Amino acid sequence: MSKWVVVCGLDDIDREDVVPFEHDGCLYAIFRSPDDRYYATDGTCTHERTMLADGLVMDNIIECPKHNGRFDYRTGEGKGAPIRVNLKTYPTRVDDSTVSIDIG
Amino acid sequence: MTVTRDYSLIGEDSRRAVETGLSQAQWYRTDVPRKRMKELMQRRNGPAIRDTLLWIGLLVLFGGLGVYLWFSVWSLLCFAVYGVLYGSASDARWHECGHGTAFRTRWMNTVVYHLACFMIMRDPTVWRWSHVRHHTDTIIVGRDPEIVAMRPPALWHIAANFFGIFDVPLAFKHMIIHASGRLTAQEAAFVPDSENRKTYWTARAWLLIYAGVIASCVWSGSILPAMLVGLPRLYGAWHHLMTGLTQHSGLADNVTDHRLNSRTVYMNPVTRFVYWNMNYHVEHHMFPMVPFHALPRLHDEIKHDLPAPAASISAAFAEFMPVLLRQRKDPAYYIHRELPDSVPAVGVSS
Repeated sequence: MSKWVVVCGLDDIDREDVVPFEHDGCLYAIFRSPDDRYYATDGTCTHERTMLADGLVMDNIIECPKHNGRFDYRTGEGKGAPIRVNLKTYPTRVDDSTVSIDIG
Repeated sequence: MTVTRDYSLIGEDSRRAVETGLSQAQWYRTDVPRKRMKELMQRRNGPAIRDTLLWIGLLVLFGGLGVYLWFSVWSLLCFAVYGVLYGSASDARWHECGHGTAFRTRWMNTVVYHLACFMIMRDPTVWRWSHVRHHTDTIIVGRDPEIVAMRPPALWHIAANFFGIFDVPLAFKHMIIHASGRLTAQEAAFVPDSENRKTYWTARAWLLIYAGVIASCVWSGSILPAMLVGLPRLYGAWHHLMTGLTQHSGLADNVTDHRLNSRTVYMNPVTRFVYWNMNYHVEHHMFPMVPFHALPRLHDEIKHDLPAPAASISAAFAEFMPVLLRQRKDPAYYIHRELPDSVPAVGVSS
């Protein structure tokens, strides 16, 4: 069942960047891609639970700030060692001025 | 009371570190505004391509001159330079490319990583995972596989490794174990099983290459082929031991604040080229995402929150050598770092 939550304004994230979002004790990472699309994933790395929003976004890749593990944030796919488990992703929706994610 | 440290990765201290939460802990980090950190983390190809072309060019130049002038004092001088470029600069290239921060383009990191791993005789897979653990549990006894100066320190062992005396035979022992389709028990503690086949096939390929080098020596009746491939890991290792020892020696263990267990040292530009700026070691551990070429800028950004750096390599040795000598009989002794007043230290060292 869908449960949409507003996470931030459209301009709260720079292009090719990420911000953290916390809701009900869960941490999420909200991405804005270079081509101006919005994506959402779990907020911590699947390797050792480091906060991804401290990492580096390059094109469609988020690199974890602790061990440089890489994910495609559009699909959550891990891109090699030390990542062995993919990242969970969430649907996003863009309204006039806000970004929402479906955490249902 | 003397506390005995068990550095085995499958021993008592390892188990205790996991149980107490000392392993995989949250580490102290200096606050840096996100905008500034994004600038510092930015990947570029330019600096690493420039340095790699220079590195390979110097290897070809000094290796070529060493062969051309063989055997003479001049050839030995050329090989002395070649050796450091091969047996020490490869340590820094292995490290930086392993982090994936040297180049922006992924395949360039991969190519230089594998070349450097071969030179420094470190299996690319085992050492990638070893270094992941080193960053997770830096100088945590029983967890960190890359502690050089343990307590009490084996000083003769360390000294001999300035010329690879123990490291190189150990590397070949591991190559033979890997080629036979096994990992050591210590390695298996941090390398996932799914990665093992890569290690086995790398070892087999490397042993073939070294067999080819030995055959070339026998065929030509000269040690020259081995002077170019293999032996530089012995006669050129001293520089990476010298710089590597400054990273953590004599400092606290079992803490979760890199300012207490790592050392930043000001070094000359030639050493920094060979070492790829890893002299900014507190900065590197605190922010592993920052590429080597941005570490001096990161240092400027956060030095107000760090202990005073050592002024030189000799100053660093002057600080930790007396401590290592004393630790032979008093392993509990270590260097207490003075931190800026504003921030409390994190963790406890015994």
